[in-house]
Amino acid sequence: MSDPAAPPITEDAPSAPITLTVNGTSRTFDGDPTMPLLWFLRDELSLTGTKYGCGISQCGACTVHVNGAPARACQRRMGSLGGARVTTIEGLHPSGEHPLQVAWRTIDVPQCGFCQSGQIMQAANLLSTTPRPTDEQIDSAMTGHICRCGTYPRIRAAIKSAAEKGS
Amino acid sequence: MSRREHLPWLGDHSPANVSGSANSGVPSPPLDPDAQDARGPSVDSQGAPRATARRDFMKFLGLGGLVIAAGPFGVRRLDAAERAFGESAEPWNPHAYVRVGEDGIVTIICHRSEMGQGIRTTMPMIIADEMEADWSNCRVEQADGDEPKYGSQNTDGSTSIRDFLAKYRQAGATVRALLEDAAAKEWGVAANEVASRNGQVVHSATGRSKPFGALVATARTIAMPAASRLHIKSPAERRWEGKAMTSIDLVPMTTGKATYGADVILPGMKVAMIARPPVWGGTVASVDDSAALKVPGVERVIRVPGTPPPSAFFPLGGVAVIATNTWAAIRGRQALKITWNDGANAQYDSAAYRSELQAAVRAPGKAGRTVGNVTPALAAASRKITAEYYVPHLSHAQMEPVAAIARVTGGKVEAWAPTQSPMDARKTVAQYLKVDPANVTVHVTLLGGGFGRKSKPDYVCEAAYLAREVGAPVRVQWTREDDLQNSYLHSVAAHHLEGGLDASGKVVAWLHRSAYPAIGATFAPNVPGPEPDELTNGASDIPFDIPNMSIEVGPAVAHTRIGWYRSVNAIHHGFAIGSFVDELAHAAGKDPADFLLTLIGSDRVVDLSKAGLVAPASNYGASWTDHPLDSGRARRVVELAIDKSGWRSGALPRGKGRGIAVHRSFLSYVAMVVEVEVLPDGTVLVPKVTAAVDAGFIANPDRARSQMEGALIMAMSNTLYSEIAFAKGRVVQSNFRDYQVTRMRAAPRVVDVHLVASEGLPGGIGEPGVPPAGGAIANAIFAATGVRVRELPVGKQLAGWMSKATDAEQ
Repeated sequence: MSDPAAPPITEDAPSAPITLTVNGTSRTFDGDPTMPLLWFLRDELSLTGTKYGCGISQCGACTVHVNGAPARACQRRMGSLGGARVTTIEGLHPSGEHPLQVAWRTIDVPQCGFCQSGQIMQAANLLSTTPRPTDEQIDSAMTGHICRCGTYPRIRAAIKSAAEKGS
Repeated sequence: MSRREHLPWLGDHSPANVSGSANSGVPSPPLDPDAQDARGPSVDSQGAPRATARRDFMKFLGLGGLVIAAGPFGVRRLDAAERAFGESAEPWNPHAYVRVGEDGIVTIICHRSEMGQGIRTTMPMIIADEMEADWSNCRVEQADGDEPKYGSQNTDGSTSIRDFLAKYRQAGATVRALLEDAAAKEWGVAANEVASRNGQVVHSATGRSKPFGALVATARTIAMPAASRLHIKSPAERRWEGKAMTSIDLVPMTTGKATYGADVILPGMKVAMIARPPVWGGTVASVDDSAALKVPGVERVIRVPGTPPPSAFFPLGGVAVIATNTWAAIRGRQALKITWNDGANAQYDSAAYRSELQAAVRAPGKAGRTVGNVTPALAAASRKITAEYYVPHLSHAQMEPVAAIARVTGGKVEAWAPTQSPMDARKTVAQYLKVDPANVTVHVTLLGGGFGRKSKPDYVCEAAYLAREVGAPVRVQWTREDDLQNSYLHSVAAHHLEGGLDASGKVVAWLHRSAYPAIGATFAPNVPGPEPDELTNGASDIPFDIPNMSIEVGPAVAHTRIGWYRSVNAIHHGFAIGSFVDELAHAAGKDPADFLLTLIGSDRVVDLSKAGLVAPASNYGASWTDHPLDSGRARRVVELAIDKSGWRSGALPRGKGRGIAVHRSFLSYVAMVVEVEVLPDGTVLVPKVTAAVDAGFIANPDRARSQMEGALIMAMSNTLYSEIAFAKGRVVQSNFRDYQVTRMRAAPRVVDVHLVASEGLPGGIGEPGVPPAGGAIANAIFAATGVRVRELPVGKQLAGWMSKATDAEQ
């Protein structure tokens, strides 16, 4: 039952409410500042597309964008996110038609689908910085993401497909 | 209970049958579908004594109108006298699996759980095809747990299509015939003059047509078509069965809108984290919850009743922290100070246990199959080769840690869960809470992976219990640490093989002993080890032509909850057998692929129950008549894999290599050629995999391919990285940091899957890719490096391989 990787419990310092932007909407948080962004998104905003898979930044299922960069929502404390701009899978594209989302469907990437929000969010950042990634660049960017169903070959193909369409 | 239909040796170990357990005397559910017809989908069964029960059951289901029973005597509609429970429900529900609205929307009710195998697409493809429905008007609805209505919902054993293909076809054909009869009646023409085409019934002689929805009113009123009139499509008539189809859940899965277990949110819901005993059978000695209760958001601390081993599907017990949000529950649980009584399994230690297993396989075991006389044949052989293998405990580590939501109101329990077996969940919750199963409803969410873990509904019981205690909806959330440390684990196993070669290098004797704690020990007390019949899960049903064989199983007492994990004992059987065949090939100085083909021998169709298997001679729940051992199918997939992989294109440079293996499991035949690249530091990459699959008729080829891709990558995890070890009764690993699995870098660049075209009876798809992959990977590593891996995981065994004296060079 132990959670060896969970942070030690510290004194609950009183903290002022913080304000952040999630998928373009301003949100206020006035709870435990040690709460990871993951649970704020899921429990308080009902944005359940961001998944809990490990809680220690090993699996990537909770990947979101914070100020435009990919971040593991299980590792970002609410107390550190005042003024932050957060994008989740629900906010990646207004109608769910980001080139990666389209490519994921065309290639029928998901099996169970659970890890795919995080995979897509990571891949979106990859393509924004590296529009035509090589296999090695894909490996490097995606290696923090686990898929137990084994969709890696199709993820690689979908990233390449989206890259080709985007160029 | 049908849940172990594919594992019939567990038939006597179901929780309800555990004599003397804390749960005996619990009332049975109102109808047990297996009592009369293990193969339902059936609301009905023949015979007057069950009529009352049936009506009561229908009443409790709230069903009305037209309900078709597909029992052993064919499909029929219950007559009017039996459906006096209110008006016909809207829309029309002509079959347990099909509803048709007057708007033409066809709703197909998927009774199997979706965990990535694609059943929510494949089942509708078959039914809609046979119906001649318009696919764009088809919808899929997930069924609640209700096996009397739907037949088995236990989504494991790779059974969804192999057990239900004919039933799905019959369901679609029945609804189609009814709609055609309705049109014929409306038009005053003979039924054989009309035909369904893409969501309409047409009368080609007059050019009239009517969409399905417009025929519902008439269809409600007419008699069921005789089973003999049903037309199952010929291959040429099929639109979707066996062809490409886009999966139906892709949009929600790629936009974050898909609902998995933990995504269910109920008003006023609390979140629970449970501290469970770290040792199987342990109990709480004392708990100090004062610090936990001070954590903001923590509301209560509640003891959860445990179940002593064999704990079956019931919770391990422990101490639950109830909080307003997940983070508070996590922090609250961290703050608990618990002293445990560890109990009888406190000394479980993987290093010591491995020695026990190895000793067990060095002595004769209980024979699961005997052919000829292996002892003198080994003695007389020109050469005798001996090898031993070891595979540790493994965990499913599905991406979604288990979670369940429940609420209890007015004595009724309602649960939402990512469960592979909602009927087992329903029955187990009822037993655990001591309520009637009629008062338990289990809704099935999408599963974020299952692989066997989510067949066991302990977590659903936890949620239901806590919801009742708290008086509010509760979500029980397992962490990854919980998932690895309190799961049902794949058996640790040791193997000892001896092979005898004659002067020409042909195998004349095969002795295979394995020892591993049995799944049965999770369900029954004092289980000394597996039953010999369990060897039919990939050891005694090998497709090899060997005149003298003895396949034996040794004793092994379980000290943790053993469960089934994708392909079950065929994981370690496949690894050991696939590796040993390769070792024999090298000993004989033959090409491993040629050697494998010789070992398979001439084409034979064998009823193994008459060829040396001990009774009951299980065959993955099927008959040996329907699914004999067909060595020709094994030969063909091996030849196909050889041909497509470039096996004969010449040797690869040192550091690269190909390995081959074949396995029959879950009634399918899969051969794999795996190509590895071993880096100087011992890292194993898999550039290419070629899989050849004969699974009989394959309803959804792309999902079959994806299952092979996934099976290979999961087998890479099993072979290269993963291990659960115990020390002092406790699991050593805690998260993906130390329970490692395949990641992108090592994953294949190419997975080339070849499906044998077949109209044969379907075999499994989800699991059969795993057993050959382990051996093929290990054999490829040997070809690349000369290092023979006999103990899993490979881990760091290959470090420094380039400077090691290799087996090949010895």
